[in-house]
Amino acid sequence: MIDVIVLGGGIVGASAALMLAQKGQRVALVERDFCGSHSSGVNYGGVRRQGRPLHQLPLSQRAHQLWADLPGLIGIDGEYVCCGHLKLARSPADFATLQAYATQTDGFGLDLQLLDQRQLRVRFPWVGDVAVGASLCPEDGHANPRLVSPAFARAAQRLGASVHEQAEVTRIEHDSRQFQVHCANGLHLQAPWLLNCAGAWAGSVAAQFGEPVPITSAHPAMLVTEPLPVVMTVSTGVEGGGIYARQVARGNCILGGGRGFAVDPCRARPGQVAVLEILRNAGELYPFLKGAQAIRTWSGTEGYLPDHEPVIGPSSTQPGLLHGFGFAGAGFQLGPAVGEALAEIVCTGASRQPIEAFSIRRFQA
Amino acid sequence: MKPVVIVGAGPAGIRAARTLLDHGIRPCLIDENLRAGGQIYRRQPENFRRSARQLYGFEAGKAQAVHHTMDELAGLIDYRPHTLVWNAEDGRLDLLDNGRAQSIEYSRLIVATGATDRILPVPGWTFPGVYSLGAAQIALKYQGCAIGGRVAFCGSGPLLYLVAYQYAQAGAKVVAVLDSAPFSAQCRALPALLRQPLTLAKGMYYRAWLSAHGIPVHQGATLRQIDGDQRVRGIRWGEQSLECDAVAFAHALRSETQLADLLGCEFAWDSLNRAWLPQRDSAGRSSVEAVYLAGDGAGIMGADAAQMAGECAALALLEDAGSTVDQRRREALQKQLASIRRFRQGLETAFPFPEHWAAQAPDELMLCRCEEVSAGAVRAVVDEGHWEINRVKAHCRVGMGRCQGRMCGLAAAEIVAERSGRRIDQVGRLRGQAPIKPLPFGVEVQP
Repeated sequence: MIDVIVLGGGIVGASAALMLAQKGQRVALVERDFCGSHSSGVNYGGVRRQGRPLHQLPLSQRAHQLWADLPGLIGIDGEYVCCGHLKLARSPADFATLQAYATQTDGFGLDLQLLDQRQLRVRFPWVGDVAVGASLCPEDGHANPRLVSPAFARAAQRLGASVHEQAEVTRIEHDSRQFQVHCANGLHLQAPWLLNCAGAWAGSVAAQFGEPVPITSAHPAMLVTEPLPVVMTVSTGVEGGGIYARQVARGNCILGGGRGFAVDPCRARPGQVAVLEILRNAGELYPFLKGAQAIRTWSGTEGYLPDHEPVIGPSSTQPGLLHGFGFAGAGFQLGPAVGEALAEIVCTGASRQPIEAFSIRRFQA
Repeated sequence: MKPVVIVGAGPAGIRAARTLLDHGIRPCLIDENLRAGGQIYRRQPENFRRSARQLYGFEAGKAQAVHHTMDELAGLIDYRPHTLVWNAEDGRLDLLDNGRAQSIEYSRLIVATGATDRILPVPGWTFPGVYSLGAAQIALKYQGCAIGGRVAFCGSGPLLYLVAYQYAQAGAKVVAVLDSAPFSAQCRALPALLRQPLTLAKGMYYRAWLSAHGIPVHQGATLRQIDGDQRVRGIRWGEQSLECDAVAFAHALRSETQLADLLGCEFAWDSLNRAWLPQRDSAGRSSVEAVYLAGDGAGIMGADAAQMAGECAALALLEDAGSTVDQRRREALQKQLASIRRFRQGLETAFPFPEHWAAQAPDELMLCRCEEVSAGAVRAVVDEGHWEINRVKAHCRVGMGRCQGRMCGLAAAEIVAERSGRRIDQVGRLRGQAPIKPLPFGVEVQP
């Protein structure tokens, strides 16, 4: 007997499974591939609140609290460092945008610090002259998604959740009492609750229950350098988009920017255009990369809704079905809080954090 | 019109280029090295004056023929030396040439990327003074240098005796040859090896020459440890040890398959090579339309076979492109290739893969030198329940560094298989990721 079937072993699904197991629910986590092997495990690794739209901030703040005790939650530190996130402005107009964001988000607890060019030079001398100012969120940071995301599934498993990897779901039915989930490997599960946390592939589940969403896939272009002397003290991004970069304790710099392409529905590559753009342009933001070499590139498959907001919360058509997908490449930090919100809906009927803005109803005319 | 492109100017690529040109097609031949010839027929720098006999021994005639062909071709084809193919995507190869990035579209493509040494690490293998067998040979063949004053040659495979012989011939002090294969294995392999009596005779000659010149050859001797502090001081095997200041080691060769992987070629497990290899039909067609495979990059068969396979692939390409080709020639080549493959089976019997290596590798052994991952760290990840090689890589960084698993990937897979109780073909294969070799920041991009 199980209470909840979670589809998708990414950070959202695995967090939901973990939180449900913590609350004594009997959970089965079903993953087509390996837990945390898609966008949850291959993303940039930013653990960032700065830059998010205002209505994401309550969830993001809650996630920030959960990240603070990551070892308590999943048993490893996941290379999580709360070192700060620096958003660079390349023009006075961009700096004004950062200033406006700081004003809007005042009171959410981000504690943003605005740095003019002189302050930026003093505090972060390794940033290129192209930056005219920046906004620092001192308690944002970064972590290793390869380690963190699979560890959520392991932690859920330790608390009694059954984790089924390499189990591709072929058929889902609701028999008026329970969901019946059938997998290609012969696995058959049934439970009164079904959590659709299937990332870029979640659209088919929603459509099957009569609430299609206009979800598309996109593929970030990522690369990593060989280990370099450690100079980057914070994770960085650029107002208006462009290259983002962080450096891990081992010295490797991880950079992202631009888009890759799909090789097939499950696999993606960064593409030579985006890779060469990063290699050409990173130098003006990060002059210390001169002479460094990129040793590996990768991408993943991320789900995007047209408004770049996720779908979180109950189905509008099928009682017992909850959604948590479509994080537009920004779900890693939010993941644990979304899992918690879904678990709260199962256990108490409502999420403690406001999630109405993410309802699937917004796609229904 | 998009050109026919050949990647790799070794025996396979040069023969393919010659065949295409003979049929009226002017190919583009891209090669990472400064000078064509590949590894076995690697040429010395232009201002060096050693004779072909000194450089290539019994293979001097073949080497000169390949170089002669290439010299003839160089002005007639679009030859691009010193050019790295770092990525393949959408009918195009992405190139890096002296810090400049550019790309080339192809109508059809022959991949002849060759091979590197298969490395099974032992404690101490990262000391300065330790080289792969192939690298030791390159130092000698290309630059006329020995890797040390007292050199030990270890591992297994035909190259082991050849390189030891070449070193001794060149005047270097060879202190010992350690062959992990027992003499009995070589006896068992004799019937199959007799298919290529000339090749067998050369192998036996190197072996006999070493003994005749007082160089100790230990068979069934597995290198256990390389001792040293700042650099190599000696080696140990069984209960024995020996002082030396350089070690060359490898267990045969492995195919360079990253380009085929990025091209989307289907791979299959090949038990003879104990490796995942891009699939090809008997003429060299890969699973991807307009992509052909030839030479050691698609399975280790040696230089003679590489030339035949290069010609075969070119003939298949010509036929697919609508040209008339000599079918009898093609059939004859395919027949010879089949015979060499049976000889290759004999070699595998003579120099069997040391199956016990993974179980004996100590936990503290540095497996992945780029990312400094020990055998124990890999085992710890397996003990957490992971068994698929890409997942193991994600968890402990093995194969994630500068070499992208080209050096450590096979050894890591052996450790994963042994620890997880699976067969080596059941732990998956490391997915290829661009760039095939590192790319510099600040690269100049040409349209």
